[in-house]
Amino acid sequence: MESNEQFDAIIVGGGLAGLAAAYTMASRGLEVLLLERGEYCGSKNVTGGRIYVNPIREMFPELWRKAPLERFIAYEEVCIMDKERSITIRYDGSELKQQPYQSYSILRGKFDKWLANQAENNGAMLITGMRVDDLIIENGKVVGVWAGGDELRANVVIACDGVLSFIAQKAGLNKLPEPKNYAVGFKEIINLDRQVLEDRFNLEGDEGAARLYMGDVTKGKFGGGFLYTNKDSLSLGIVVGIDALTHQEPTINAPELLDIFKQRPEIARLIKGGNTVEYSAHVIPEGGLKAMGKLYGDGILVAGDAAGFSMNIGVTVRGMEYAMASGYYAAQAVIMAKEKNDFTQAGLSIYESLLKNSFVMKDFINFKESLEVLEYPQLFRHYPELIGNIMKDLYEVPAGPKTRLWPTIKKHLSISQMWNMVNLSRRLMKI
Amino acid sequence: MSELLGLKAKLGLDVFKPDKEFHIKIKEGMAKDIRLKKAIIVCPAGLYSENKNGEVVVSSDGCLECGTCLLACGPEVLEWNYPPNGSGVQFRFG
Repeated sequence: MESNEQFDAIIVGGGLAGLAAAYTMASRGLEVLLLERGEYCGSKNVTGGRIYVNPIREMFPELWRKAPLERFIAYEEVCIMDKERSITIRYDGSELKQQPYQSYSILRGKFDKWLANQAENNGAMLITGMRVDDLIIENGKVVGVWAGGDELRANVVIACDGVLSFIAQKAGLNKLPEPKNYAVGFKEIINLDRQVLEDRFNLEGDEGAARLYMGDVTKGKFGGGFLYTNKDSLSLGIVVGIDALTHQEPTINAPELLDIFKQRPEIARLIKGGNTVEYSAHVIPEGGLKAMGKLYGDGILVAGDAAGFSMNIGVTVRGMEYAMASGYYAAQAVIMAKEKNDFTQAGLSIYESLLKNSFVMKDFINFKESLEVLEYPQLFRHYPELIGNIMKDLYEVPAGPKTRLWPTIKKHLSISQMWNMVNLSRRLMKI
Repeated sequence: MSELLGLKAKLGLDVFKPDKEFHIKIKEGMAKDIRLKKAIIVCPAGLYSENKNGEVVVSSDGCLECGTCLLACGPEVLEWNYPPNGSGVQFRFG
């Protein structure tokens, strides 16, 4: 590698943020070098399984028609799990089946590899199997990186190195990570014959289903289970707060949660006959706005998970759109900084303005209370049990006479119970 | 089989490219530190365990490079870096 070449930008990490940035800058003729530590882009990346396209459709108009996505999500389901019973709500709306579809199941091993090709076709230079070891900082300004023993220089370094972001740390930009702001997700890819999968989930053609599970699936800990249908496989996994694992009772090792989940009759029948072909895990930043560090410095920008752009608001857990959008805006910021030939903090501050005017920061500001509201043990332990018990009594037809419905429900709703529910609604109203 | 696999068998399904040296180290003198016990609970690959002497040990086989142990235990007890040269786990589906 030539060490005297000066790039417009060096991108650390070829996940969605990095690739989106490379793709965008290269299409505008900038000299871009992307360094990815994995053997191929996607080899170190994990998703639960779904990307929402609407917020980022127009940023990459050429991409979506050919993108290797799995199934469009036509059915949204939530399953509240008590120990012995569960209640599932299935949302089936014509709007979910209308093009352009709002979300798709996705496998990063396929998608990122493909997106890397698109970025290369645009003229970006990608080097894989290359870990970035350090930043080069001169007079307080980031001027390049050390990788594979080489010194590589650029006007701007974009840290897209994922949730642990050692690069942003080295630049002194992010806050000290606290376990309460992170969750760990782990999942299995279970191959299933396409026809069997479609029959089992009532799907036609490319339709897909998304299911979220809450309650007993995490033994009442902050988190939940998920299931997404891919073309001919299922993504089945669990996301649970790291603090919830180490601080909330009962103590249970993470991998066991998934094994117990798979043994639930509701799940066992869905995965029956399938073959697990991969087991993966990843950390998810869930701290939102409050956990976010600085997004830019002299000669450096931070995007994607590295910047903490991932969000859990209960009904949706999102990250990939924020990653791609922040990569896109980082690219725009570098393009503008290049026009003014100002890569200082002041020149790059446009990145933050762009994000603030976009759905990215607007979402993070709107949902800044979300994590604290949802980190409420009763929501994952007590309420699933309560709802389960009410359903059991409502649907039961005993040998003798049946109790009237309202007294059946009221039996479960003491004054203190009702008061708790008022408090819960007050909490939830903050989201 | 999608039915229960042991964790070892499950990790055996993944593709790993071997590395000369493991990228996670328990810092010297920290093996009995209480913070490390958290790693036993949180590691999705079950790589951490406690030996007879009450020391936490980490196995290098099957690391998914998620970083959960580092976040749970902290950099005071763990030396954690990504594996170099494209080694380590290679997710095919992700």
